[in-house]
Amino acid sequence: MKKWKYLTMTAALGATFVLGACGSEDADTETETETEDGAATGSETTDNADSGDAKLSGEVIGDGSSTVAPITEALVEEYAGVQPDVKVSAGVSGTGGGFEKFIAGETDFSNASRPIKEEEIAELEKAGIDYTEFQVAFDGLTVVVNPENDWATDLTVDQLKQLWIEDGTTKKWSDIDPSWPEEEVVFYSPGTDSGTYDYFDEVILDGADLAKAATLSEDDNVLVQGVAGDKNAIGFFGYAYYLENQDKLTAVKIDGVEPNNETIESGEYTPLSRPLFVYAKNTALQENEAFYDFMKFSLENAGEMAEAVGYVKLPDEKYEEGLSTLEGLK
Amino acid sequence: MKYIDDTVVMKRMKSRLKYNSLWKLIFLIATSLALLTLVILLVRIVTQGSGHLNLDFFNNFGSRFPDKAGIKAALIGSVLLMLIIAPVSMILGVGTAIYLEEYAKKSKLTSFIQMNISNLAGVPSIVFGLLGLTIFVRMLVLGKSLLAAGFTMSLLILPVIIVASQEAIRAVPKEQREASYGMGATKWQTITRVVLPAAIPGILTGTILALSRAVGETAPLVVLGIPVILQFLPDSLLSQFTTLPLQIYDWAKRPQEEFQYVASAGIIVLMILLVIMNSIAIFIRNKFQKRY
Repeated sequence: MKKWKYLTMTAALGATFVLGACGSEDADTETETETEDGAATGSETTDNADSGDAKLSGEVIGDGSSTVAPITEALVEEYAGVQPDVKVSAGVSGTGGGFEKFIAGETDFSNASRPIKEEEIAELEKAGIDYTEFQVAFDGLTVVVNPENDWATDLTVDQLKQLWIEDGTTKKWSDIDPSWPEEEVVFYSPGTDSGTYDYFDEVILDGADLAKAATLSEDDNVLVQGVAGDKNAIGFFGYAYYLENQDKLTAVKIDGVEPNNETIESGEYTPLSRPLFVYAKNTALQENEAFYDFMKFSLENAGEMAEAVGYVKLPDEKYEEGLSTLEGLK
Repeated sequence: MKYIDDTVVMKRMKSRLKYNSLWKLIFLIATSLALLTLVILLVRIVTQGSGHLNLDFFNNFGSRFPDKAGIKAALIGSVLLMLIIAPVSMILGVGTAIYLEEYAKKSKLTSFIQMNISNLAGVPSIVFGLLGLTIFVRMLVLGKSLLAAGFTMSLLILPVIIVASQEAIRAVPKEQREASYGMGATKWQTITRVVLPAAIPGILTGTILALSRAVGETAPLVVLGIPVILQFLPDSLLSQFTTLPLQIYDWAKRPQEEFQYVASAGIIVLMILLVIMNSIAIFIRNKFQKRY
């Protein structure tokens, strides 16, 4: 009996300690965000000073592409310095998964690494959700091969199609060009729920099936490891992953154009350079001042943040255009 | 008359001993393989992650800079989630166990319920995520909140807690119950004053082990759409939050290699949390368990 009492007491005491610890943590945050606030606004450029005028509060919820996520994270991080009371949160369910939640009305914005699909537009209409599309950055979908691969460093779009489209045969490099080694091609591709896959599907596969031999993974680092470890491998993913692994991979030139900041921004790197999108719910923009302010902050800073995390910024006019569209929605 | 023929025994002794040591070797290899994997894993994670384990790591939110990235939101989120799961799953789980063991009559219905509880314990966690998404997030409009996630995770570990509690209650000797009845105690008095105090160590051990599972679980939270990117701590039960496994997974997927090390640091924190919880379970078991 005594032990039983002792036990309940320890449990109660333990709970108090945990709660107490949480409380003091909270106090820490406040002081901390304040100092961060000061530091951030000090180093920020002047153009976002106006969004820091009035203290806003509220909740902003987003979800979507894991490709766009690093940009969102950087924006959320910076925005917390400007408006510490606005609670912005974003998930990384993938472009398709994000739209599913956007359609269910659970999110204010949805990140996407491809344009919205017809069926998604239809679903949104059915749900009575009006949305606006904003472009936030460019990504160059990069086709990579192993550094030991010295033959397939410049491919044409047709050759890419020949390689990646399933035709029932086991593909060898020599099938594309007889002078290339007669060895089996090993494919690595992002998972089918990713916008990256969808985009590749649209511009290269054109609706045909992806080579069945391909290894699919939602984790792009797995693709990097795969291609880096196999001489006969070929894969594709976002530019940022190539940028971080340049020593382990060779980027394939597409029709003679190599992916880099200039060729992606100018659109010369085609058809694989793609815009990254944020889809915003119109009613949320009108009703939730915090969301409007966050979107404004996003469009003002997306370029800089995109470059910081390994993407390519859009031409300035694009952001201006987005800002005036946003202005018109209020 | 000779019962044991020494020469025959001596002849076979050698091969029997050999056979014996052969099996010993096989079992030893099996054990050391498991241990070796664990050691490699630990060494790798600790060497990669220890560089990021400092006070800032616990005080910072997520960041695009690996050096500034911290685990604060995830750690607090995981602890708060646990504080919701523990009471919800314990009240429901122990209640069910008491009903099934003490009150329910043995019938086809109860054995059907019993069978389903055991089966539920084997259902993949992602299925519970889908259930939680439909019921808690959408039907009850709790959103992607602490409460919705807490309820989903409680459902996930409920079968384990029920089965563990049933075992603990069943282990209380019948004589103690009968003695209690013999003294004129009612059923309720017997349960609260005799059965539960004796069964509580077993119940708590099972609950804490189930909680450890809930803390390490990712899949149901991904289905619920729990966010990873946020710069605030939850301030209510309906607040958005994130957890350790989600944050670790997000870091591990990053292109920058430095983030893999940050992920390792996160894994160390998660492991320490789990070791603490399991130690508490072992402590309770050793300290309070009586053998009859």
